[in-house]
Amino acid sequence: MTSLTLVRIIKARPEIVFDLCVTAEGIARWWGPDAGPVVISEADPRVGGRYRLRFRMLDGNEYESSGEFLEVTRPQRVRMTWLWDGDADATLIEMTLRPVPDGTELTFSQSRFPDEKTARGHEKGWSGSLDKLAAAAEKAAA
Amino acid sequence: MNQAERLDRTFAVLSDSTRRAMLARLEREEALSVSELARPHAIKLPAIMKHLDVLADAGLITRAKTGRTVTVRLQPKPMREAMEWLRRYERFWNTSLDRLTLLAEAREAEARKAGR
Repeated sequence: MTSLTLVRIIKARPEIVFDLCVTAEGIARWWGPDAGPVVISEADPRVGGRYRLRFRMLDGNEYESSGEFLEVTRPQRVRMTWLWDGDADATLIEMTLRPVPDGTELTFSQSRFPDEKTARGHEKGWSGSLDKLAAAAEKAAA
Repeated sequence: MNQAERLDRTFAVLSDSTRRAMLARLEREEALSVSELARPHAIKLPAIMKHLDVLADAGLITRAKTGRTVTVRLQPKPMREAMEWLRRYERFWNTSLDRLTLLAEAREAEARKAGR
């Protein structure tokens, strides 16, 4: 289990969803903090391959991020590290795709790791799902 | 310690179910003695003390000694920080996954139209 988990049912076959998740052309069209464009998108979707993304936000600011593919299993699973430029705060992103009658169930998760080496060494991330943490944290913050 | 390091520490601390249960109880009851905290857990007192050390080192609780009793209290700030981190990325990914969903569904419709 990881720290942030989101599940979507998408009415499209897993291959279509998967390619949008790993190719430079695909990632450029959906990945980003707001509706601003992705100005640079490069991706080499194989184990050890890297990707780089530069976002231009609606306020004009640009932010760059990059990472490494740790697992690329079409069309079931992709795992990658993700790091904002100038940040020491690397995270692990994992997308798991499962065929369902309507299309694809996508489970997206992001977990925190101090650096990319640690991410590579970890398989499970933290135990404790977003729900659990959110419930605990909301109580604590109340 | 910077914020990233604090967050890593908070999440590491929260990865243990005994510690999560202790924090949840402290939230409900405000202040508890160590023996009261230990009571519902099927583990020995030294193990409880170790969990309390971890929680205190991460700034999630404070301990105060009055006579022979140690009172434990919750410190909400690190949890609040962890929650803000989760919320920020939850927004980021929800927005992104909305776009991915629309895009994938449009491509599926195109593929079907093309008879694939």
